[in-house]
Amino acid sequence: MSGGRSAPAHGADVIARTSAEVVGTSPVERTGADEAFEIEQELMTINLGPHHPATHGVLRLLVALEGEVVRDLKPIIGYVHTGIEKNCEEKSYWKAIPFVERMDYLSYFFNAQAFCGCVEKLLELDIPPRAKYLRVIHLELNRLHSHLVWLGTSALDLGAMSMFFYCFRDRDRILDIFEMSTGQRMHTRYFQVGGVIQDIPLGFERKLRAFLKEFPSRVDQYEALLTNNEIFLHRTKDIGIVPRERLLELGVTGPLLRAAGEPWDLRKVSPYLAYGDFDFKIPIGTVGDGWDRFIVRIQEMRESVKIIEQALDGLPEGPWIADDRKVVLPPRHELGTSMESLIHHFKLVTEGFRVPPGEVYYPIEAPRGELGCFIVADGSAKPARVHFREPSFVNLQALRDMCVGDYVADLIMNLAMLDPVLGGIDR
Amino acid sequence: MPDAAGLELIAAEINERHPGAILGTYYEHDQACLIAEPEKIREVLAWLRDTPGQEYTFLASVHGADYLPAVPRFGVHYELLNMARVERIRVRAAVHDPAAEGGPYPLGEEPLPEVPSITDEWPTANHQEREVYDMFGIVFRGHPDLRRILMPEDYVGWPQRRDFPIGGEPVIFTNNEREVPGWTQ
Repeated sequence: MSGGRSAPAHGADVIARTSAEVVGTSPVERTGADEAFEIEQELMTINLGPHHPATHGVLRLLVALEGEVVRDLKPIIGYVHTGIEKNCEEKSYWKAIPFVERMDYLSYFFNAQAFCGCVEKLLELDIPPRAKYLRVIHLELNRLHSHLVWLGTSALDLGAMSMFFYCFRDRDRILDIFEMSTGQRMHTRYFQVGGVIQDIPLGFERKLRAFLKEFPSRVDQYEALLTNNEIFLHRTKDIGIVPRERLLELGVTGPLLRAAGEPWDLRKVSPYLAYGDFDFKIPIGTVGDGWDRFIVRIQEMRESVKIIEQALDGLPEGPWIADDRKVVLPPRHELGTSMESLIHHFKLVTEGFRVPPGEVYYPIEAPRGELGCFIVADGSAKPARVHFREPSFVNLQALRDMCVGDYVADLIMNLAMLDPVLGGIDR
Repeated sequence: MPDAAGLELIAAEINERHPGAILGTYYEHDQACLIAEPEKIREVLAWLRDTPGQEYTFLASVHGADYLPAVPRFGVHYELLNMARVERIRVRAAVHDPAAEGGPYPLGEEPLPEVPSITDEWPTANHQEREVYDMFGIVFRGHPDLRRILMPEDYVGWPQRRDFPIGGEPVIFTNNEREVPGWTQ
């Protein structure tokens, strides 16, 4: 270990280094401005990724190291940029849904909800209560799924191999449930503009309830496995602290911000869909270290289970998609008997529905933070601009503040607790 | 959200403080938007953040749009949020395209529109301004590290512009790699 890290009180030195000035473009120059540390040893710039299992995708990090201590870090992204936003401009609105689902591949229902909700706002279209509840059920199941993948892979990064298998076992049960209601395990295209494509099948509720009954005890087990694990505690406690004010400046949202003590959750503050009907809590942390980020997500899983149970209990009867024939496909059985339905069906499939000119920014609370969809409509059947404010993309900017001054091994932990999804970052 | 009348008040107050900063407003789908002069965007955002009673301190998103054939052609949107009141307001910098006059310019040599960068005051804008630059070719003056972020570093062209075709990009083989601009240096 180099002599640069002369351990002061941990919180104080973290705050001191986050206010460091950024000068120049090369990592070496920038760390030169960081006066919190005296550089006694030559910096070595190494390349981490893009093909590294601990980067959770194709994230490349240019890291300036002094011995084992990270002095600067620069993320380099774009390796899986596929031009989804540009492609959406060439698709009619309903054909863009499968595209946007594939951005953040762990939270596909959220992407679809951001897009469909945005288009519904542009159309001023209300969706039926049953559709809202079905959407909430699938969104929260998706949150469980996303957090399980995060928990499994993060624990794997820290050496807890069995967690990975346990989490993927439960994740697979969620995917089975998705398959039952939507016909697909991932990228389901279940959400439509106006509601959901079909009602849940017989037996869905029984299967889901069986899962919900068992899942909280599973979460308890996972929590017990890790929170009583000395290695895990050593790796996460007091590491990667960034003050709340700095996180807000960096635009960080979601569990990362909540772990630092800011109770900000869009489901609570601006209840979209039916979230206003449910009783749930917003878990927050106190210190904002890796352990807080872990425990906030664990608690969120419990709260999601509560939401799903309440949504199942209160699931209203009625249609699951809006009855607006200018936007929503007519029921299949009408096509044989009604000329008008046939015309609507033909127009919707060939041209798609037209959206009046306007622009809307529609944010929702995704597993990683605020997922906003911004659409400019020009009056035609295709959007003029689709932009997604991806929480992973914005949160990634906080990685430097989390890592500078700590060991390179902590970088892996910080990255795991940041939970980036590169498909979402690069779009 | 400020309502339509509140939006007009905000616009009038900013214009009083910084004459000519707000070019217009619009209010649709319960969302308020100010159209701002790009050169005064820093003042407008700082006013919205620092004035007592406004306090839009959280910058949720920065993104661009190409309104071709409208004039001014580009928009850079700043989605501001007041967390205490849960109110959002959008500021759109209406950016003229300097390549609209003169020209036609060869690919990659057209003059680019410029907007002052806000990265020093709003660190979250760093990556997002780079993305707008990457996709629309809008230069953020004063940005500490303005490089392409999603497209390859040696890419030529601004792919999210409306006049940039989909599928217009040649596939590189060994027989044509010398002709394809900028990719093989």
